[in-house]
Amino acid sequence: MAERIEVAIQPGRKDPAGLAVKQRIADDLGIHIADARVIEIFTIDAALAPDELERARTELFTDPIIQESAANRALARDFDYVVEVGFRPGVTDNVGRSAAEGLRDTIGRDLQDGEAVYTAQQYVLQGVDQSTAEHIARKLLANDLIEQWTVKSPDELAAIAGGPLLGLPVVTDRSDPAVHEIELEIPDTALEALSRDMMLALDLREMQAIQGYYRDAAVQAVRKEAGLPAKPTDIELEILAQTWSEHCKHKIFAATIEYTDPEGKTRTIDGLFKNYVKATTDEVAKRVDWLVSVFHDNAGLIRFDDDYLFALKAETHNSPSALDPYGGAMTGIVGVNRDILGAGMGCKCIFNTDVFCFASPFHEGEIPARLLHPRRVLRGVHRGVKDGGNESGIPDINGAIVFHERFLGKPLVFCGTGGLIPTTVDGKPSHEKEALPGDLIVMAGGRIGKDGIHGATFSSEELHEGSPATAVQIGDPITQKKMADFILEARDLGLYNNITDNGAGGLSSSIGEMANGPGGATIHLDKCPLKYAGLAPWEIFLSEAQERMTLAVPEEKIAAFLDLAKRREVEATVIGEFTDSGQLACTYGGKLIGSLDMAFLHDGVPKMQLKAELAPEAPQPAIVVEDNDFTEDLEAVLGSLNVCSKESFVRMYDHEVLGQSVLKQFQGAEEDGPGNAGVIRPVPGSNKGIAVACGIAPKYSDLDCYAMMACSIDEAVRNLVAVGAKMGTIAGLDNFCWPDPVESEKTPDGRHKLAQLVRCCEALYDTCVAYDIPLISGKDSMKNDYKIGDTKISIPPTVLFTAAAVIDDVRKCVSMDVKRPGDVVYVLGETRDELGGSEYATVKGLAGGRAPQVDAKANRKRYEQLAQAIDAGLVASCHDISDGGLAAALAESAFGGGYGMEIDIAPLCADGLSAAAALYSESQGRFVVTVAEDKAAAFEAALAATRIGTVTAASTFTVTASKTSIVSSDISTLKAAWQEPLQW
Amino acid sequence: MVTDMKPQALILTGFGINCDAETAQAFERAGASAERVHLNDLAADPAMLERFQILAVPGGFSFGDDVASGRILANRLRYRLGEALQGFVAEGKLAIGICNGFQVLVKLGMLPFSDGAFRQDVTVTHNDSGRFEDRWVALERDPATPCVWLHGIERIELPIRHGEGKFIPRDDATLAALQAGGQIALRYASRQGSGPARGAYPDNPNGSTDDVAGICDPSGRIFGLMPHPEAYLDRLNHPRWTREDLPEEGAGLQLFRSAVDFAAKELIGAKV
Repeated sequence: MAERIEVAIQPGRKDPAGLAVKQRIADDLGIHIADARVIEIFTIDAALAPDELERARTELFTDPIIQESAANRALARDFDYVVEVGFRPGVTDNVGRSAAEGLRDTIGRDLQDGEAVYTAQQYVLQGVDQSTAEHIARKLLANDLIEQWTVKSPDELAAIAGGPLLGLPVVTDRSDPAVHEIELEIPDTALEALSRDMMLALDLREMQAIQGYYRDAAVQAVRKEAGLPAKPTDIELEILAQTWSEHCKHKIFAATIEYTDPEGKTRTIDGLFKNYVKATTDEVAKRVDWLVSVFHDNAGLIRFDDDYLFALKAETHNSPSALDPYGGAMTGIVGVNRDILGAGMGCKCIFNTDVFCFASPFHEGEIPARLLHPRRVLRGVHRGVKDGGNESGIPDINGAIVFHERFLGKPLVFCGTGGLIPTTVDGKPSHEKEALPGDLIVMAGGRIGKDGIHGATFSSEELHEGSPATAVQIGDPITQKKMADFILEARDLGLYNNITDNGAGGLSSSIGEMANGPGGATIHLDKCPLKYAGLAPWEIFLSEAQERMTLAVPEEKIAAFLDLAKRREVEATVIGEFTDSGQLACTYGGKLIGSLDMAFLHDGVPKMQLKAELAPEAPQPAIVVEDNDFTEDLEAVLGSLNVCSKESFVRMYDHEVLGQSVLKQFQGAEEDGPGNAGVIRPVPGSNKGIAVACGIAPKYSDLDCYAMMACSIDEAVRNLVAVGAKMGTIAGLDNFCWPDPVESEKTPDGRHKLAQLVRCCEALYDTCVAYDIPLISGKDSMKNDYKIGDTKISIPPTVLFTAAAVIDDVRKCVSMDVKRPGDVVYVLGETRDELGGSEYATVKGLAGGRAPQVDAKANRKRYEQLAQAIDAGLVASCHDISDGGLAAALAESAFGGGYGMEIDIAPLCADGLSAAAALYSESQGRFVVTVAEDKAAAFEAALAATRIGTVTAASTFTVTASKTSIVSSDISTLKAAWQEPLQW
Repeated sequence: MVTDMKPQALILTGFGINCDAETAQAFERAGASAERVHLNDLAADPAMLERFQILAVPGGFSFGDDVASGRILANRLRYRLGEALQGFVAEGKLAIGICNGFQVLVKLGMLPFSDGAFRQDVTVTHNDSGRFEDRWVALERDPATPCVWLHGIERIELPIRHGEGKFIPRDDATLAALQAGGQIALRYASRQGSGPARGAYPDNPNGSTDDVAGICDPSGRIFGLMPHPEAYLDRLNHPRWTREDLPEEGAGLQLFRSAVDFAAKELIGAKV
């Protein structure tokens, strides 16, 4: 029988969890209830003796100082309704897993197979009726996709008498373990239907390519010899679909594109990746000497110093985060951590970054079917990244939250990670790795379940009615942390030859890629450890269950490897061996159930042929600003969602674990001014550091996708230069998130969206080459649309540009806050009339205008001079000018430092620039810099800078234009306006 | 008899502990020899403890803070290493628990350890704010504390990074006894002026009773605190280093030096 233990805060004591729930019900649903308390439910599905149950209750589950508890008896009292929320079968229950480990310690014996601990929460609500309780459950407390819930009145709860309120979330579904043959000799329409029905996400040409493979006589001879049927088996088709998915194969970036440019000239582009992304790196590689390993590994690796390499990677996890924000985002962060752990021979993760794109949390319109309110998405995504990062012990040092209404259709969740690895490991270069024929295939970490099956193909489609619940996984940071600690130990002992992570496509992908070296692999799927019985062989191979690494371990080291794993309580299992057979082969129960030619698997996908042409541009109206209250405008701009403080979210990330922090996200007199870039010093005893920043500008996409890309790069670079990074030391990552750019019935404007992508890639190449930024890794996510019924929402084309630089001496870094009264205030860079897409235009409801254009050549010179001035110690503070323009940057610098400013913008308006443009234009390449009076002459001699005012001891913030005062405020007022909107 | 005269510090690792590297570094810089030891290796050989004078349970998320912060690790230490730990403290050796390590020592009953028995008399639980936060706080040492980890420290700034740091004693009598014995070694203080935070957020970041940030056992040799001294070993770790004149050495290091010096003098010096 399952035992139920309820644990609650003692009556009369403050229940912070209950108070937080009550507050969220008020904030998010506008419902004010009298009281909420939370009871933790632990259901122990194990045969326990009465004394074991009692010991578990008192020693494991109950805090004797503040909690009360009961076994098989309800604790809820004084309520109108309780809502109980538990997981659905098969959903990762991290607390339950830890509780089972604790239970094992307490009762002094292992649990039997099938025995487990499950968790649930009971919300004890006062001041609600039944329908309100159900509404709260549905809209706030539970996610139907992964959780089950019930509402009970006091009478109903009494009748249950301490028994279970929800069914045990035991997986009872059994997939058919048989291997099926699939008929491919069918008409084209049936091939397309087959792809749809099996969720293969392959188009007709791809299905025909597979058909052709099985028609090949040589292939048939090999199959006959191996004892395989002539027709494909289900696992073979699933492997092909996964390997050929847009997610894994980046087919759009590899496609042949017939592009008609804005002048009407048509040319053929043989692959965007090859011609723009890789071409950028190839070109810049002629001028920088620190590239070590780019594009082919899980993350790019560059030289940090003589002793260490630095790895960097960013990923997106958009579709899962739309369905289950918490689990989806957490999986995103722990997933990219594994990319770093799987880069080279295994890097230690040293920081995380996070950038989110949402619709406004204050969205008041209808929420289309299957979508969640952006407020709920924001909370869930943030909590997932927070828990994933914090529990893994990796500091979050940089990020952003960006808002645009069209992210209602799909939120974007970018998670990045940096890592460090000694240049040599066990006497060998740490960036080289190769599995050898005969090496054993070992899976280490978590077990395999049905979670994430078809994740790779799912994220290669738009979000639709049938999007599967199994596409959602929940990360398990502690299982991963144990595994990561173990792997770094095993690495230093030289116990393996190769390592990669299991992400999209699971074992199929990780082994398939690793087998390229030796030239083949055989996997025994019945050897793979499962979370529960009942998975079909192809599900075992394709599952994207998290927290797993695949390693190649030589026979002579396997005993030492497995022994270390056992001592670290990490599950590690030999599941096959690498071969030189040229085949990726799978067995189950001793029988070969599938085998594919490696060359066909990796190179057989037909190249897409696409057309791209920009839609004729509608003439944009010029932005005309009429009468203004500039003081009010400044407060409104500071309080706009893209500008305002995100401190309450950032404070919830641990940004100092590992003890390497140099510049934190929030800086200044009261540690609440917004920093430009995160800076760390990762090697104790060395003053060498790493600065990390990001740029993202989807607000310009509709106006000009070329500008969007150039601005994103420029913003990231400015943020680095502002803290003291030097040109020529910066490495970049490009993460593309696009709406589907393939013309089809459901995407009639595909040519335009693809042309936007071409323009974006042109800007990527032009700008990075001008700045000497090699792209060391990147990713694309190309199906960010929502379509159910007649409602289609496509995100604005978006690229996150992550940039990192090695800093020679972090002691010279500069923060953004003004330092002392009397310092001179400068603006660097040209301010132009570029209000299009600006925060000011958004706040004022002004459409059209011109997006900012990046003059990379002129900017580069300025960035080099500024870096020199910082190096020479001339700069007291430096802040990048971006969202909100000069006015926002000035205000942030001032209130960050706790001093006022007297500004006169006359020098900016000399050529007829309006005051509005001077203050709010988002022209690129600019900074606000403050310099001590006695260094002003040296600073002015070093570079072109426009002196526009001084830092004042008084807290007033004033701006004058043409001898007229146009802004008169106080830094405390401005700071309050900036902090208020998202002070959650 | 001992060739290495440095005090030996055992830094516990494993199961989600994640501040072990910088904690080891802090002890090394304070003059000790630090060794990171996985909990399972220690449990397999509890006698290993005998060659150490200092035991550190670093910060992190042992077992993900699941069920309750520190609880599962505390139980594992009690069940597998209870006797060895009893022996360790009976010899007057030093122990520290930082953040999650403090939560562990409290739930293990190794703090406040008022009558020398492993029994939980206080707890640390969810912050009043209901959230995890990373922010710097000011702290003041109780002038009457016997804590050997705080020599040379009156007031110090350190980061807190926790979601469950609210200190609650079993009852008023427990609190009064701790106060009387100087066991409330460290309190959250006002960041603007001086003196205790008096419960005001964010000076007191979690709502701890009596602004408790750290407590020690009656001998002052076992100490636990929520803030992270190992995160402030250098001037550059401080959030305002770009605008204030600060000593090159981070103030957090003094805490480790205080204990290492004490161990060198009282535990190693005495034996030789």
